[in-house]
Amino acid sequence: MANIVIDRIKKTFGTFEALKEISLEIHDGEFVSLLGPSGCGKTTLLRIIAGLETETSGKLLIGGTPINGLAPKDRGLAMVFQNYAVFPHMTVFENVAFGLRMQKADQKRVKSQVDKAAALLHIEPYLDRYPNKLSGGQRQRVAVARALAVEPKVLLMDEPLSNLDALLRLEMRTELKAVLQASGTTTIYVTHDQTEAMGLSDRIAVMYNGRIEQVGAPVDIYSHPASRFVGGFMGSPPMNFIRLPVTNGTVKLGNTHHSVPVHTGSDIVLGLRGENVARTPLAEGLRLDVRVAEPMGSHLLLTGIIAEQPVRVILPPGETVRAGDAIGLKPDADRLIWLSPETGLSLNHPKT
Amino acid sequence: MQNDKSWIPYLLIAPSVIFLALLFLLPLVQTIWLAISEGGVPSLANLQTMAGDLNFRLAIRNTFLLTLAVVPIQIMIALAMGSMVAKVGAGRETILWIWTIPLGISDLAAGLVWLSILQNSGYLNSLLFSAGLIERQANWLSYQTPVALFFAIAIAEIWRGTAIVMVIIVAGLNQVPKEYREAAEVFGAGRWTRFFRITLPLIKPALQSALILRTVLAFEVFAVVYALGGSNMPVLVGEAYTWQNQNQNYGVAAAYAVLIMVISLAATLVYLKAVKVDPERLP
Ligand SMILES: Nc1ncnc2c1ncn2[C@@H]1O[C@H](COP(=O)(O)OP(=O)(O)OP(=O)(O)O)[C@@H](O)[C@H]1O
Ligand SMILES: [Mg+2]
Repeated sequence: MANIVIDRIKKTFGTFEALKEISLEIHDGEFVSLLGPSGCGKTTLLRIIAGLETETSGKLLIGGTPINGLAPKDRGLAMVFQNYAVFPHMTVFENVAFGLRMQKADQKRVKSQVDKAAALLHIEPYLDRYPNKLSGGQRQRVAVARALAVEPKVLLMDEPLSNLDALLRLEMRTELKAVLQASGTTTIYVTHDQTEAMGLSDRIAVMYNGRIEQVGAPVDIYSHPASRFVGGFMGSPPMNFIRLPVTNGTVKLGNTHHSVPVHTGSDIVLGLRGENVARTPLAEGLRLDVRVAEPMGSHLLLTGIIAEQPVRVILPPGETVRAGDAIGLKPDADRLIWLSPETGLSLNHPKT
Repeated sequence: MQNDKSWIPYLLIAPSVIFLALLFLLPLVQTIWLAISEGGVPSLANLQTMAGDLNFRLAIRNTFLLTLAVVPIQIMIALAMGSMVAKVGAGRETILWIWTIPLGISDLAAGLVWLSILQNSGYLNSLLFSAGLIERQANWLSYQTPVALFFAIAIAEIWRGTAIVMVIIVAGLNQVPKEYREAAEVFGAGRWTRFFRITLPLIKPALQSALILRTVLAFEVFAVVYALGGSNMPVLVGEAYTWQNQNQNYGVAAAYAVLIMVISLAATLVYLKAVKVDPERLP
């Protein structure tokens, strides 16, 4: 069993709080992504789990055993570093073999493990080369292969595919997922690419400013963001936020009244995903003044104004809309997110 | 071809090249000629006089022994100091500054510092005497105590010459991003494995420079030896000095100078081969 318990981990650098009491439990064999903007503390959390950085307070357990204070090499995990840290003075083969050599694995096992990892990451042609002449993407794959070669129980990956071109990235992503699922490796995967996180993860932890904003299955996080930040961070285009007045406990969208959990007199923010609308006659729907219409092939992306606020919505590719048009939109009543304008927190999200 | 400015670098470099040629190459050629000629015609007489001299073998032996004793210890101490200071956060600059103080002291002054400690009426004897360890002033630096003299000189040289090695090695260590050591640590490497498998190979260029510099300087050891032992412990440069100034025999002095140069060049070549730095294997 290699579940990971992160219990109120805090990290301060001088007076700066990089991590503010992070708690997260990762089940054995689970794939969890840490998703968040640059500087939110993803790498710091990973380095603390690896033992490369000492937490200011809080507890860490792997497989039920406390690992606070344990040296990195005694934590039994492997890591892919954000800046690769591929050893320049060793061939690619020796780099991938490094962890196995440290475990004093016999020659046969070293060879077979390295070959397996190299095949998976398509780095066989470079096994005899030195990293010096490899491209960033190639080095990154060496770093991933080095971590996979030891078949760790716990694998920490810090943006391991960030330097690959889109096509290779997609391919690696799929293969990584297959391999890690088959081996039952508990994985923490840092990324700020939300499609990557959605595609790979059993659960996603969205981080912001040293806090975990929300943890959940990708679809949950996408459809039921707990806060304005999460909604805006997930999805492309990001969720729209429209501030609207509340009258008699309802908000009027076009001809329809929607009851909201807020009293009359105050405002509420509607979180609306761009794809959760359908076209409707202008008189019946929410009025969208179209500023830009971009036919994307699979869909039509409209940028415009609703209730004096900028929005982006997605319509089927066949719709004929041009810049300057005013059209009516009918939001999907089941998929409306209501947010507090003050706190930015969701008002209809069931608190977990 | 009006915009061809490729001559500018040459123009800028020229003064230093001319300067070095005049003040270095010319005397070098003259010295070599002086060593291998007699009365204007090529001759091995100077070399024969040098090799036949009583002190010649002693000087060679002492110089090599000193180099062998001093350089490895200096490298080890510098590596230890460099690794330790790398772990220090606040106060690092101050520690480095203190450690490099010997750099600012001339080698003769360094010799005199140690003379004041080790001479018959020096601090060491006073200390040992007041501690009741010796009954009368002991002699450390005479020709009758060659081993003590050798150790005294070696210690003084180590004290004086380690700082420069440390500066080079600290610079080398600074070039190695900590991620390499961290990665090794995560993958199970202990402290010593990390040092020998990761750090040491990655600071090879610095190590090579330090070794060459220190070895060449060690073969030229003189002022410290002279200050502490006078002529009690002959070394190569000391012999050159004696032949030049006391014996007024410039030819033999030149022969010594050439010999030291040849040894230094040979040592450099050995290091370049032995501590090979493959640019392909650098970060
Ligand atoms: N050693 C350190 N000393 C001081 N501040 C640090 C240190 N390491 C990280 N920080 C700060 O902690 C915050 C979080 O850094 P971290 O590297 O964890 O971000 P990240 O989420 O990994 O960002 P990115 O996506 O850009 O890699 C940043 O504001 C950073 O400046
Ligand atoms: Mg990071």
